[in-house]
Amino acid sequence: MAHVETTPALYGLMAEFKTATALVAAARRAREAGYTKIDAYAPYPVEELAEALALPRNRVPLVTLLGGLAGLAAGYGLEYWASVIAYPMNIGGRPFHSMPAFIVPAYETTILFASIAATIGMIMLNGLPQPYHPVFNVPQFARASTDGLFLTIEAADPKFDLHATRAFLEGLHPAGVSDIAA
Amino acid sequence: MAQPLPTDQAGRRRPTAEETRTASIAEVIRPGYGFTSVTDKVASITLRPGVLIGWLAGFLIAFSLVMLFTVAITYLVVKGTGIWGVNIPVGWGFAIVNFVWWIGIGHAGTLISAILLLFRQRWRMSIARFAEAMTLFAVACAGMFPVFHTGRPWLAYWLLPYPNSMGVWPQFRSPLIWDVFAVSTYATVSLIFWYVGLLPDLATMRDKAKSLFVKRIFGVVALGWRGSAMHWQRYETASLLLAGLATPLVLSVHTVVSFDFAVAVIPGWHATVFPPYFVAGAIYSGFAMVLTLVIPIRAYYRLHDFITMRHIQNCAKIMLVTGLMVFYGYCTELFFGWYASNEYEGFMIHNRVFGNYWYMYWFLIFCNGVMPQLLWFKRVRTNVVVLFLISLVVNTGMWLERFVIVVTSLSRDFLPSSWGMYAGTVWDWATYVGTLGLFAWLIFLFLRFVPMISIFEMRTLVPEARVEPQEHGH
Repeated sequence: MAHVETTPALYGLMAEFKTATALVAAARRAREAGYTKIDAYAPYPVEELAEALALPRNRVPLVTLLGGLAGLAAGYGLEYWASVIAYPMNIGGRPFHSMPAFIVPAYETTILFASIAATIGMIMLNGLPQPYHPVFNVPQFARASTDGLFLTIEAADPKFDLHATRAFLEGLHPAGVSDIAA
Repeated sequence: MAQPLPTDQAGRRRPTAEETRTASIAEVIRPGYGFTSVTDKVASITLRPGVLIGWLAGFLIAFSLVMLFTVAITYLVVKGTGIWGVNIPVGWGFAIVNFVWWIGIGHAGTLISAILLLFRQRWRMSIARFAEAMTLFAVACAGMFPVFHTGRPWLAYWLLPYPNSMGVWPQFRSPLIWDVFAVSTYATVSLIFWYVGLLPDLATMRDKAKSLFVKRIFGVVALGWRGSAMHWQRYETASLLLAGLATPLVLSVHTVVSFDFAVAVIPGWHATVFPPYFVAGAIYSGFAMVLTLVIPIRAYYRLHDFITMRHIQNCAKIMLVTGLMVFYGYCTELFFGWYASNEYEGFMIHNRVFGNYWYMYWFLIFCNGVMPQLLWFKRVRTNVVVLFLISLVVNTGMWLERFVIVVTSLSRDFLPSSWGMYAGTVWDWATYVGTLGLFAWLIFLFLRFVPMISIFEMRTLVPEARVEPQEHGH
């Protein structure tokens, strides 16, 4: 597939904006224009972008819930198995299955597993760790973690056309439009 | 709130919601900052080549105390816990006092980073990272004591439930095992939460670093973070969930620590008031430690624009509130001692107040009951030097509290024939001072190698971050 192309492979186009307001407006216009493979980059969480890009609900809460339930089952299961099945021991006449006492470690394992699931879930769902990504090929993108605000449209987008998309991005009054080498 | 009536009774114009927001932000960051200046101010401290002479001096002093700690621990491992002052009847001495003290100090970090996040407190942002680092290092210091108090630290893994050739399992009905679960979970979750909070700032460091070596190190730990909108959305969800999980966790940790005492039958320990009273004391001592650290760091690195008097005053106010709760706890203990009409409880209180360790008790009341009352005055809350001194007094007071609880009760239990006195030996003190050095040493490393203020959260406070509402469609 790659050998068909004559120009260097292109990941997409990147437009830089000067204000968060302009970025959010541009993201909304791009989505409304029918582009689907768009992304916006900001050095801080911009809540309005989620709505502008119509981002789907994320699955981090579900992963966290599953982690918590697994932690509860693992913690309580371990206590039950160790104290009732594997090594039953009469301690001051307490029942082998001492539920009130067992709640405490199970509570902690629930929180432990849920926290690990939330963190690893967030990282994995984000596709990290990802040492290479084409956006880093754009020199201006080094400022994305300081003050740069960027909108990208991928070449893989069905509506992508190099000239038309560039003209579209230029029409959003960006500070500049760059090619992203793949 | 009343939008159509922007004036109050006196006819003055009421501030709009926007003006109120700007004013409240101006209290937590000095106006005039933008994305770049906020980033540069914090990042330059980490990325500056070489070391500052003041930092180096502090680092070396702390490091020499780490060496003292190493010596004390090495001698302990060689000789055994006999070098400490603990013996029957006082089998719990400095080790437990220091353990509880350190764990308690950690609690303020989680309170600031988790509970204040849930309450959307903006003043949390600039001090949260210090406070979380403080939590991690305090928990690390705390962990030293129970591990070495076992006498055979190389067998400390016996505390964990693992399949072993002896065929035995930990006793899950024991508060000491609950403690293992609570503290290890707390350490792990604090570390995770801290790292998640750091992730976007590590990417900033990667992009701003000049040296290739530094760039690579930050590049690896930043995991390729690029600030995509979808990533930020998941990131914010995960942060909020972690805060929601850390909140019940932090309350449970000191509750479980207090169970170590409350579940026992010793007079002075066997009290239902312990869990809330311990949690309040933990937050109280933690905020004292936050002030002890933040006041000099703010002055040394000239962070007055980011850590304003608003932050310092708020810490002082939380210290006052939790201090009053702790003092209320002391009063409740006295009341119970009388109201329970139990011979042993009554004797325990009498012994605490007038017994062999009476001076400890009264010094404790002075530190935790009398001194914090100064915080009622705004002039005290706005004087950093006085606040710094009060924070040291409070830290001392909280250490004394644990000493009084542990030692007075054990040294005078039910049978006069089993009474005995306790005093820390030089090795007890060396170990304790050593952990203070370890804590300070880790803090110095943190200040040098990690951005000490959450840069991306500070960016949300500058005017540039604001997205103007706009009408849809055209």
